[in-house]
Amino acid sequence: MTARGRHRLLPYLLLLPGVAWLLLFFAVPLLQLAAASLYDPGGSLSTGYAMTWAFGNYPDALRAYWPQFARSFMYAGAALALALLMGYPLAYAIARKAGRWKNLLLVAVVAPMFTSFLVRTLAWKTILSDNGWLVGLLRDVHLLGPDGRLLATPVSVVLGLTYNFLPFLVLPLYASLERLDPRLLEAAGDLYASPAQTFRRVTLPLSRPGLVAGTLLFFIPATGDYINAELLGTPNEYMIGNVIDSAFLVRLDYPQGAALSFLLMAAILAAVFGYLRRADPSQGVL
Amino acid sequence: MRTPLRPLTRRGLLRGALGSAALLATAGATAGCGTEGAQQTEAGCVSEDLSGAERKLTFSNWPQYLDVDESDASKRPSLDGFVASTGIQVTYTEDINDNNEFFGKVQNQLAACQGIGRDVIVLTDWMSARMIRLGWIQKLDPARIPNVAANLLPSLLDRSFDPQNRISIPWQSGLAGLAYHGGVTREIRTVDELLTRPDLKGRVTALAEMRDTIGLLLQSNGHDPANFTPAQFDDALAKLKRAVDSGQIRRFTGNDYAPELAKGDIAACLGWSGDIIQLAAENEKIRFVAPDSGVILYSDNMMVPNKATHRANAEALIDYYYQPAVAAKVAAYVNYICPVRGAQAEMEKIDPKLAANPLIFPDDALLARSKVFMTLDEKQEKEYEGKFQQVIGA
Repeated sequence: MTARGRHRLLPYLLLLPGVAWLLLFFAVPLLQLAAASLYDPGGSLSTGYAMTWAFGNYPDALRAYWPQFARSFMYAGAALALALLMGYPLAYAIARKAGRWKNLLLVAVVAPMFTSFLVRTLAWKTILSDNGWLVGLLRDVHLLGPDGRLLATPVSVVLGLTYNFLPFLVLPLYASLERLDPRLLEAAGDLYASPAQTFRRVTLPLSRPGLVAGTLLFFIPATGDYINAELLGTPNEYMIGNVIDSAFLVRLDYPQGAALSFLLMAAILAAVFGYLRRADPSQGVL
Repeated sequence: MRTPLRPLTRRGLLRGALGSAALLATAGATAGCGTEGAQQTEAGCVSEDLSGAERKLTFSNWPQYLDVDESDASKRPSLDGFVASTGIQVTYTEDINDNNEFFGKVQNQLAACQGIGRDVIVLTDWMSARMIRLGWIQKLDPARIPNVAANLLPSLLDRSFDPQNRISIPWQSGLAGLAYHGGVTREIRTVDELLTRPDLKGRVTALAEMRDTIGLLLQSNGHDPANFTPAQFDDALAKLKRAVDSGQIRRFTGNDYAPELAKGDIAACLGWSGDIIQLAAENEKIRFVAPDSGVILYSDNMMVPNKATHRANAEALIDYYYQPAVAAKVAAYVNYICPVRGAQAEMEKIDPKLAANPLIFPDDALLARSKVFMTLDEKQEKEYEGKFQQVIGA
């Protein structure tokens, strides 16, 4: 083979391990899942499932579980809003104001990720406990009624989601804010922009790549999450992930579980594409 | 000299995409023809019993379900006794944490008539029933387990999924009933109180295990969970739904109700006797109540799966654990209901207080109102489980 030919193939060779991995462990299972979503819903574990191209599984699944779908997006959206309110100032402070504390603060953001997701969520059960200090405080200031509670309400599920996925939002934001050239901010000041104007016209647009990446990294796993709803919520807070979990593990309704998984994927993809079209990270204003 | 890499062109990408699509299509073709049935028969999956040549066996159980030496946590006195008396080496692993999870782990092998590398597994009634129905479990030889016939608690004889007591033998049993925290609420006597008393609103949990929750509700309606009609099931479910819709029931739980009850976040719940004994040992205000309408008796059963190659060794193990003295040793540690008759007398020698505990050795009156939930066939299981999951929200 000529040197030229080798060079032509090089990019494909470099891609090979990644592509093989993706095919074997992502594409093939995904396809099997797609096939399972079209199996005869009348099949069962013992008799097996026949492939009947039962596209009706999709509308059936959606009819049965659309409230959990809507809830997933609502909770993930609310958690995202909260996370943005907290995460943006946090990332900004770490990137631009923390000075020598910067690394320590970054570690503080990431450190909780060293413990298991489950343990962190269970810790919230203690924090939000009916007899805990937080609920006691809220009752004392009459933000909660005497029998009010946080655990087993939508509030606790949204708080749990916010907490668990916050680092995914903060880290990309931090990266783009940290790269921001301070001379641009000085120039804005020199041109008589107020701090608010500087933020709106310079900082915010320049942090958009991080903002978009962080938002996606937060929103996608938060929508599919079911641990927070399971541990901090009640059946009335169950999200679509809980339904899929029970379809596969408890009810053994594989066609429905597979159809729900695909519906979730499609809904998230649609939301992401819609968002990216509106907020192309490479250009334009928000 | 550095040659720049040729950038990936649109055509190149397209070629790649087409290649991947072709590969996917092949994968799709293989996945497209549906799945084989998981149904097997014991006769179709026989394996040679190597017990005579290999004096060993592999035993999978739940965590903290076997006695441990108080001074040395690596020693298991009752199991060591078995090894010493029979010479059969036991590989003991605590790798069963959840019935559904374990089922997921072994279903592909058992459905394809392959071994799972375990000679004895321990699973709860309903999962035992499912695996037996699928033909995944080996029958035992009654002649090799005489202690079972002699000592199995009468309430556990002839259960509908194992009418001859020779395919799934109870390891430990338990009761599903009511529990409450006396520090935060007053006594509760009935299931109806739990589901309707206004002072308990939002401070009650029920079990996500359909057979336990629905079973207790069936009993509270005066019906028999061992033998009920679809209409009676719907009645019980409607009652549950009212309690969910009104906000009375806070959530549905597995074992995770225990820490919440201990903290008083929930005042009362449907729970399992084994958990409550442990909570009560730390806080005597936490009580288990067996309502007059009845309780659900469930067991975790020892079974020998298809293709397990040491069935005779497993039978020796099962028979060993049905000696009252051995069973008492295990019961003293795990504090579940001991399924072995005669163990109570042996327990007197170990710890008279435990011997008098009705949640380890229930009296005849309690046993009389303890019922084992009806065995469901696959269609019923899917229908009932589906309806129940709808009500509990998943």
